[in-house]
Amino acid sequence: MSNVQIMTGNSAAAWGAKLCKVQVVSAYPITPSTSVTETIANWVERGELKAEYVRVESEHSVMTVCISASTVGARVFTSTSSHGLLYMHEQLHWAAGSRLPIVLACVNRGVGAPWSIFNDQQDSIAQRDTGWIQIYCRDNQEIIDTVIQAYRIAEQVYCPVMVCYDGFVLSHTMMPVEIPDAEAVCRFLPPYKPHTILSPEDPRNINPVIFPWQRRDAEGVLRDGYMDMRWKLQHALEGSRDVVVKTCRDYAELFGRDHGGMLWTYKTDDAEVLLAGMGSIATEATMAADLLREGGIRAGVVGIRVYRPFPREEVREAFRNIPAIVVFEKNISYGYEGALCADIKAALYGAGIQTPVHNYIAGLGGRDVKASELAEATRSSLAAIAAGKKEQQTWLNCVTE
Amino acid sequence: MPEKLFKVNAEEYILPGNRACSGCGLSIAYRYVLKALRENTILTLPASCLTVLHGLYPITSVGIPCLNCTFASTAASASGLVAGLAAMNRSDITVVAIAGDGGTFDIGIQALSGAAERGTDFIFVCYDNEGYMNTGTQRSSATPMGALTTTTPILTKQQHKKDMMKIMEGHDIPYLATCSPSFPIDLYDKFVKAKRIKGTRYVQIATPCPPGWVFPPKDTVKIGRLAVETGIVVLYEIENGKFRFTGRSKTISEKGTRAPVIHYVERQGRFKKMSMEQLGQLQRWVDGKWNEYLRRAEA
Ligand SMILES: Cc1ncc(C[n+]2csc(CCOP(=O)(O)OP(=O)(O)O)c2C)c(N)n1
Ligand code: SF4
Ligand SMILES: [Mg+2]
Repeated sequence: MSNVQIMTGNSAAAWGAKLCKVQVVSAYPITPSTSVTETIANWVERGELKAEYVRVESEHSVMTVCISASTVGARVFTSTSSHGLLYMHEQLHWAAGSRLPIVLACVNRGVGAPWSIFNDQQDSIAQRDTGWIQIYCRDNQEIIDTVIQAYRIAEQVYCPVMVCYDGFVLSHTMMPVEIPDAEAVCRFLPPYKPHTILSPEDPRNINPVIFPWQRRDAEGVLRDGYMDMRWKLQHALEGSRDVVVKTCRDYAELFGRDHGGMLWTYKTDDAEVLLAGMGSIATEATMAADLLREGGIRAGVVGIRVYRPFPREEVREAFRNIPAIVVFEKNISYGYEGALCADIKAALYGAGIQTPVHNYIAGLGGRDVKASELAEATRSSLAAIAAGKKEQQTWLNCVTE
Repeated sequence: MPEKLFKVNAEEYILPGNRACSGCGLSIAYRYVLKALRENTILTLPASCLTVLHGLYPITSVGIPCLNCTFASTAASASGLVAGLAAMNRSDITVVAIAGDGGTFDIGIQALSGAAERGTDFIFVCYDNEGYMNTGTQRSSATPMGALTTTTPILTKQQHKKDMMKIMEGHDIPYLATCSPSFPIDLYDKFVKAKRIKGTRYVQIATPCPPGWVFPPKDTVKIGRLAVETGIVVLYEIENGKFRFTGRSKTISEKGTRAPVIHYVERQGRFKKMSMEQLGQLQRWVDGKWNEYLRRAEA
């Protein structure tokens, strides 16, 4: 019955979109995401996927096509990386503001200058505040499953979803992936119903200029001002946590795989130190935890799966009784610290948790990160914490003089 | 003339009370554009004076469905509508993108070129008021030589207007036309024709703008007429590569009655700092273009 194939992360993302019967696909080439939509172009031209494939001249236009096609009721998909994602920035805001359930596979890559085609997560982290849900995957199975889940989440809460996974580390690495049954996916994912239909039968002016204040329409009904609409977007993202968790649970029931809802944990029950991260660096951290345990340090891992909305409650729960936290991440909020570290600390503040949190910036622009190095970093942090150092930022494997 | 007017669709799609300035050439043109396009149309438009004309949420003065898009993205937005409607089996609807000169000649040119090269089935309308009017009359690549704008406030614009029609013609699209709100029947006919053609169609409307060009609002139609009389604006269409003068420009070409550009220039405050040398350059530029059109019409 089960259909297991050996495939790359990019194939897995394309397969996810195909199983969701996406109707409009638009894309522009950029390493390492290119093969996601090349694969789809192939299916479309062979007649294996009935979709409109729009080969535009830039990523700005890619996201625009997604926005307009989604507005008239089509299920849309795209994929990009790095500068492609940055070039979409204006349209990412517009998509979220329009409350459109677009799904984008973001194959994480560093950003210039200077040019790097290699992996880190600066591209998607730089889009953190655009109003998109962001989910970070650990392996290729999670990619295909998450793309399918992403449509159900997006179409329920009317927010776009970015499915993020690490360039090359996952995008170009082959692993066994079970392809879900197409009919079961149809049962899991109901057809997309747009919140507003743009059609001549019911003329509307969608996304016009809006005032700061509320205003009456032609029938005298008081309508939202700009800020009220923005609150609704925030409210939708905050509320999407429950939808994410339920979607994950329903998916597990139907397909037998649970990727952890908002976050996942590894050997946390008896842990004296927790390593945290997103995507493949968190997978690496599980190996580091095993190494540390071999050396007598009871280490565990918390993998943040959904970064926006941020798993505030789950993070508090996971870190409540832990004496030390070490956050490893492939991004930097220049002039401060890693974005994930800052967010974790902010979540703990609300619960009055005073645990020391050490931050490691690692793997920028594809620099190698070995499990043994994460283990060693954790050991040195534990020593520093024992000596009273509550906060520390370290650039792992980096010349810092 | 009266029987010609009777053929115009009597339906009004722009309701009274829109937010354009008095004497706005765009609002005159737009009324006829929509009459010609009729109901089974979806519009998409970027930030511009037209966004303002369409009204502020939750009230709109336009009775045709419209999707607002970002400044650079108009033609891509139309492409998405075309693809989305095809996916929803609604290919009966005409998709129309409409942008100002800034949204067409400048920031929107990449998306427009892409959509035209793909042969996207839509009409792109550029209403050309020769500057960034919504942000207060800054220079665009459509601004004519010698014009004062807020970003060429003392020395005036030093370059000629970009020949956008030529650029669009380079995409080998089936239909291109120019028109003016001062000649509404010519404009109406071109949109009726454009609606019937498949593929990418490009129509450029020269829309006088009283505050931006600095002339009294009552003179909009007159300024538009003078633009055509002097050859600053030439009414023509290019169907499958075949050039044809239309309306008043056809008459001028036949009778050889083109007036000097000074008649047009002297009525607008924006040209008050224009030098004699610039005036000569503008005249020669207009002459050169006109002779090119004459050669094409004869061919
Ligand atoms: C990316 C971006 N840059 C700048 C603006 C500001 N802006 C809004 S409308 C406009 C001018 C529009 O000019 P044009 O397209 O000629 O239309 P007009 O206002 O003249 O009718 C500008 C610069 C914007 N909305 N988006
Ligand atoms: S500034 Fe010019 S183009 Fe804009 S609304 Fe006023 S008259 Fe019309
Ligand atoms: Mg303009």
